[in-house]
Amino acid sequence: MTNVRNLICTFKTQFIVIAFALSSQLSAEWDALNMTKGATEISREVYDLHMLIFWICVAIGVLVFGVMFYSMYAYTKKKNPVAATFHESTKVEIAWTIIPFLILIAMAVPASKTLQTMYNDEAGDINIQVVGYQWKWQYRYLEDDVNFFANLTTDLDEIYNKVPKGENYLEEVDEMVVIPVGKKVRFLITANDVIHSWWVPAFAIKQDAIPGFINTAWTIVEEPGIYRGKCTELCGKNHGFMPIVVKAVEQNEYDSWIAEKQAAAIAMAELTEKDWTAEELVARGEALYTTNCVACHQVNGQGITGIFPALAGSEIVMNDKARNIEILMEGVQGAAMNSFSYLSEVEMASVITYTRQSWGNAQNGDGEIVAPKDIVEYKKNKI
Amino acid sequence: MGSKKKTILKLSGAVAAMYLFSFLLVPLYDVFCDITGLNGKVAQTTNAESSISIEGREIGLQFISHNNAGMPWTFKPSKEVSKIKTGTMYEATFYAKNTTNKMMVGRAVNSVAPTNAKDYIKKIECFCFAEGIELMPGEEVLLPIKMVVDNELPKNIKNIVLSYTIFDSNLENNIIMDHDSDHAGS
Amino acid sequence: MSAVIENHHNEHDHHGPAKGLKRWFYTTNHKDIGTLYLWFSFAMFLIGGAMAMIIRAELFQPGMQIVEPEFYNQMITLHGLIMIFGGVMPAFVGLANWLVPMMIGAPDMALPRMNNLSFWILPFAFFVLLSSLFMEGGAPNFGWTFYAPLSTTYAPPSTTFFIFSVHIMGASSIMGSINVIVTIMNMRAPGMGLMKMPLFVWSWLITAYLLIAVMPVLAGAVTMMLMDIHFGTSFFNAAGGGDPVLFQHIFWFFGHPEVYIMILPAFGIVSHIIETFSRKQLFGYSSMVWAMLSIAILSFVVWAHHMFTVGMPLAAELFFMWSTMLIAVPTGVKVFNWIATMFKGSITFETPMLFACAFVVLFTLGGFSGLMLAITPADFQYHDTYFVVAHFHYVLVPGAIFSIMAAVYYWIPKWTGNMYDERLGRLHFWLSFIGVNVTFFPQHFIGLAGMPRRVPDYALQFADWNMVSTAGAFLFGFSQVFFLFIVVKTVMGGKQATDQVWEGARGLEWTVDSPAPYHTFSVPPKVS
Repeated sequence: MTNVRNLICTFKTQFIVIAFALSSQLSAEWDALNMTKGATEISREVYDLHMLIFWICVAIGVLVFGVMFYSMYAYTKKKNPVAATFHESTKVEIAWTIIPFLILIAMAVPASKTLQTMYNDEAGDINIQVVGYQWKWQYRYLEDDVNFFANLTTDLDEIYNKVPKGENYLEEVDEMVVIPVGKKVRFLITANDVIHSWWVPAFAIKQDAIPGFINTAWTIVEEPGIYRGKCTELCGKNHGFMPIVVKAVEQNEYDSWIAEKQAAAIAMAELTEKDWTAEELVARGEALYTTNCVACHQVNGQGITGIFPALAGSEIVMNDKARNIEILMEGVQGAAMNSFSYLSEVEMASVITYTRQSWGNAQNGDGEIVAPKDIVEYKKNKI
Repeated sequence: MGSKKKTILKLSGAVAAMYLFSFLLVPLYDVFCDITGLNGKVAQTTNAESSISIEGREIGLQFISHNNAGMPWTFKPSKEVSKIKTGTMYEATFYAKNTTNKMMVGRAVNSVAPTNAKDYIKKIECFCFAEGIELMPGEEVLLPIKMVVDNELPKNIKNIVLSYTIFDSNLENNIIMDHDSDHAGS
Repeated sequence: MSAVIENHHNEHDHHGPAKGLKRWFYTTNHKDIGTLYLWFSFAMFLIGGAMAMIIRAELFQPGMQIVEPEFYNQMITLHGLIMIFGGVMPAFVGLANWLVPMMIGAPDMALPRMNNLSFWILPFAFFVLLSSLFMEGGAPNFGWTFYAPLSTTYAPPSTTFFIFSVHIMGASSIMGSINVIVTIMNMRAPGMGLMKMPLFVWSWLITAYLLIAVMPVLAGAVTMMLMDIHFGTSFFNAAGGGDPVLFQHIFWFFGHPEVYIMILPAFGIVSHIIETFSRKQLFGYSSMVWAMLSIAILSFVVWAHHMFTVGMPLAAELFFMWSTMLIAVPTGVKVFNWIATMFKGSITFETPMLFACAFVVLFTLGGFSGLMLAITPADFQYHDTYFVVAHFHYVLVPGAIFSIMAAVYYWIPKWTGNMYDERLGRLHFWLSFIGVNVTFFPQHFIGLAGMPRRVPDYALQFADWNMVSTAGAFLFGFSQVFFLFIVVKTVMGGKQATDQVWEGARGLEWTVDSPAPYHTFSVPPKVS
């Protein structure tokens, strides 16, 4: 008997454990299906608003569809061979005009309040200019003179299913936007070419990035962590491939990050003076080519016929070093090729050298490399 | 059939009117923007005297610039950050240089943050009002801004950001991708 | 839907249709032209649907599998344009052609020759649009909303052809609506006052006025684009003093009423069907009319709710939030009236009624998500995600398209004289119903979870529901091929339909023979 009882008892506990596990898994799943609560006071307010409207809609739905399904069930021709004849009632019409109106007011009040708070963009402890490019983001820290681009780092082989996809597939970048927790960070959002949109769900921020306009959004992040977002305005071919990653850290960590970035900028300037070999430049240039050029000119340098010209076998890339530099520095007017003059001298020289050394260009052309000094020289002549 | 013709005429008139209205939306939009600040731009004021009065509080002013679509000029504020007093005239300059070997025309578009500061900024002079800034190859220039921030600026605004984006205004260059251009390799 | 021709029941017949292909090219008969419109829209529905299948197949799994991002963008653009301008709108115009004259007791449309022209320029417009797929640089790739500067400075060369084809579609719609208005205003049978018109006629009258108000604005917008691209103006080009946001304002000034253009006729259709199969007079006829009028008027003051994230001032955001929420009131009135019509009715569930009931429920779901989208702070999270995709597909597929299918089942006995196969009709309904919900319901989840729209690839957390959605899409897609089979089968033959067809049917169109003779109401009927 005791055995049986024990058995039942074990079953009971097991059942409870399983049920509990199931329900917690379900609620976790539910969280993954619903809007994020996010990491800020505002984002929680937005979430609450979302849930409020959602439940009001559910309540109205239950009521309205309840009556409808009841009618469909109770007033079939079988059960009710002769239909009633009423077909109008001013009182009822007025009632179901006014009641929804009152419900709407109940929704509009909290919504308007939250919106007002979101628009409170007067000042920020830290101001970051965010610029959308086809297809990457640029971040400029206005107070600290830190400036960098964030490119997607997901490997093309992952995208084309040649290797397994990593954990943060399409949500990983080479440089995260680092911000301190507990500070009001204001983003000044604009764009370089077409309209983009900067969205970080955890902050409930989504603002269009429009050439010539500054749109603002602000956030105070409470917990350190990594928050991921995406571009949400169709901006051309690689719209799906320009994610946003923000890393919130403690203030001291932020300060040392800023110092590090500033030191790196100085180190980069020193690198410019160095004498480079072709191999060193190609090694550096390959990664730069992948982030900046592959989208149009393709991995094999063949471009896309009719839209983006091939670099492999190109007369300019093989034999016309001066024009090659000029194109990268100034862009090509009237074509999709924009200027890349925002790259550092070292980066610019590496990426050009990479194209001049790859795909047989060195063998078929003059094989000349472009050193950072050449870029410095080019800029000097301009001034 | 007379009334039929009348209806047709009226409707065709309505179609034509709506077509014209769509073009009328362009100037209407500008007027609407001036009134509501919809596009965040500051319009030119000719009469700023009313705003110049006793010296008010100190606020931060920050200029930022951006070269649209790799516009090859050098274009930056002479001084990025400054402290100014409301109610007094403030003058600043932007440095621009045409670094190419062709004559170019640039056009600056301005934008303000925070948006509700817009109504309190009175610009007497700004290069952004010009339809085009023409620079010869290698030419450099200091572009002037003359402005007053009204004393009525809401108290919670302690910092104003003025953004200028420079566009290449040679429209030929902005026309649909031209595949016969002298792009590398073609 | 071809009018089967045994048409000498009617003594007033002057002549029958011409023989062969010529009949279709030269026809000025409203029934022929209605048939042409309906077949054309069905063809476009299948082409646009095939594109949807490509889109869903690519999204079946994360990673790029079957198309390149560049081509994917062309697919989403063409899918939107074709479904809106080639699928839904011509289908409604086709229904208007078939039904408006018969419902108001008129012999034909008021302007028969223009009617022919407004149809025959449509295939041409879509030929131009589709041929852009084979042009250098590919088809338009900037989404059906074609925001500048992506659609001007950064657009492929085929954009010029896109603009040309939008102009033709616009001209066709404008001619069609002029025709509808003139017909309704001048050719009603004696005794049929405005407030006695069938609701489908009312809904089309309002729709036609909306079309006349906004199609010219669309034409203006694309003209400005054309001028920016080719003639050096800068309406939308900041480099010349223009403004890209202005484009969005003009576009949505057209675009929002356009949304109601695609749903108002559906309201009319569903009202008739619910009334017929509940065997009970429609509840609140006049409030239905007023509700449609208020929806139409409100549609002109809500456009910027598509643009909450462009950075408008607070006052504008609040205004557009409130005005948008207000639309829920007349829309609610319509839903309540339909349910009140069913309440205490004597209901049977033939295929048209099944589609109409599904319409009421699923359109209301789309309305709920629309209300959520109106809440500006929450819209910052929903905007341009799959939540929006789910929302507008709920109002357009089980909304507009279900109503069109319901209309086809409801009136096809009148058009062909044959009853469709009820068993097959119900099977088609259930396949479509399941398909549509499996496709679009999960999209609410992936949108809320953070997946943007118009992306060819996505992060791993969205994988499961995308897979489900794709499975649903293929189920829905193939069900429509089945629909084609049912329609063809009905046109070829079937049980002879009675003149009244449905026990509870009311209205003039049910008083003529089945199939409806080539010419009806040559002598106007008396309406009491």
